[in-house]
Amino acid sequence: MTIRSEITAQFQQVAREYDKRLAPLVDDLDLLDSGLDSLCFAVIVARLERQLDIDPFSASEDAVFPVTFGGFVQFYENAAK
Amino acid sequence: MLQNNLPSLWGALSAADNLSARHLFSAEMNLALSELTEGSSLYGHGDELRGRSVLIATTSQLAASLALIELDGVARRVVLYPPDLPLGYLPFVIETADVDAIVSDGRTVELGNPRVERFVPCNGEITPGSSDRSPEYQTEWILLTSGTSGLPKLVAHTLPSLTGAVSQQAPAGQIVWSTFYDIRRYGGLQIFLRALLTGTSLVLSSAQESTADFLERASSHGVTHISGTPSHWRRALMSPEAHQLAPEYVRLSGEIADQSILNYIRSIYPQARIAHAFATTEAGVAFDVNDSMAGFPACTIESTPNVEMKVEERSLWIRSARTASRYLGGHAPILKDADGWVNTGDLLELRDGRYYFVGRRDGVINVGGLKVYPEEVEAVINRHPAVHLSLVQTKKNPITGALVVAEVVLKANPQAVPHDLRELQHEILLLCRDALQPHKVPAAINFVSTLAVAESGKLVRRNA
Repeated sequence: MTIRSEITAQFQQVAREYDKRLAPLVDDLDLLDSGLDSLCFAVIVARLERQLDIDPFSASEDAVFPVTFGGFVQFYENAAK
Repeated sequence: MLQNNLPSLWGALSAADNLSARHLFSAEMNLALSELTEGSSLYGHGDELRGRSVLIATTSQLAASLALIELDGVARRVVLYPPDLPLGYLPFVIETADVDAIVSDGRTVELGNPRVERFVPCNGEITPGSSDRSPEYQTEWILLTSGTSGLPKLVAHTLPSLTGAVSQQAPAGQIVWSTFYDIRRYGGLQIFLRALLTGTSLVLSSAQESTADFLERASSHGVTHISGTPSHWRRALMSPEAHQLAPEYVRLSGEIADQSILNYIRSIYPQARIAHAFATTEAGVAFDVNDSMAGFPACTIESTPNVEMKVEERSLWIRSARTASRYLGGHAPILKDADGWVNTGDLLELRDGRYYFVGRRDGVINVGGLKVYPEEVEAVINRHPAVHLSLVQTKKNPITGALVVAEVVLKANPQAVPHDLRELQHEILLLCRDALQPHKVPAAINFVSTLAVAESGKLVRRNA
């Protein structure tokens, strides 16, 4: 499973669990418009850390939270390198 | 000046006429209380401890029990050092409690400390010869509880404050008490004093003994009344030996008793009266709940004899003659306010005319500014029939600061546990989503084989 497909799966899974209507996951989708709230993002980040063994937020002190879905995927892909 | 009207433990015991029929049963030895009439556990050195601040630091609960019986009213102060407390805290405790004498079954305890002028051995054996036990002091009993800074807090009680909830009426029938607690903890001390003052025998537990061996010993001595924390009980009921016991009375205290543990005990001991008590080392015994239901009726707040209670900012406050007087030490926190109220820090929620404990003020997890009390999440998880026990903790999170995660121990009975753990995870999460707000639902559920229970009988809660 690629990082992108894992992230996509987690977005869909968490949206289902928290009963949120998820917008189509295209790269320029603003995360604020994705239909998920901050609790959902918190859960996604925690699960991705488990699944991918990547925690890009603690990897860098001044990590800036990505703005778009594409940026989010990039953020994890960069941290995996 | 001698004040013989002072109550003392030995004074109360020696007035009883049945000491030869009453015993302290320990893992090491059993003795009749009458042996204390002619003999001493302090090798006749009790006189040297008169008026002193005495640290009782024994491994054996029996030795500590005997020392307490002999020293109440004689010593100015007794300090009960739990055996699991690291010895590194001894200098702090000695300093804070002005300890000038030690009773111990070890040989090298703080012998070099310049404060300590007397060392008296005590191994739980009784030797001939006795000393004057006439009470001269209202002895301060110092109990140690864990403090947030790591250093123990020293809580000051007296025999009257500790025994305020003990009924003076002799109980009907042949009663033998026991407790999973160590008697140096408040919950255990309550049972120790209850047994001594109400004319019964007592089976002491031992840290060196397995739960199975303890249960077997307790049943061999015909234990009828037994107390422990919900964690003690969960551990005990996993043991086949639990079925050898046939208690008339089961008492829980020290942690929140949720409905699942009450039901579990009911299923194993259908004949027993089951009570859960609210008591803390600082606030003393407040009330018992006897209807086998979690929480307590709201009217308890108003209608409990001898104990005043109020709920402020969701927290339970208590004022009674059973509360401790203060913490010892120069920089110690305030134990009760100017009007004598103790804030227990235990948080309540009122639902349908009943109060439920939801957690500790200091145990709260903050998920993006919203509060979660781990215990309320655990109570929901524990409702699942395959779950034996759970622990909810905080996990750091870059978005919300923290998230809630759960560790779950499944029941040993394989029939109750489905093979598909993913499915089980899903079921538990559904249960949580039904009953809890979204931020309280665990982000992860991990199945573990055991959870640590501290010597105090409570689940170990690490603050991440």
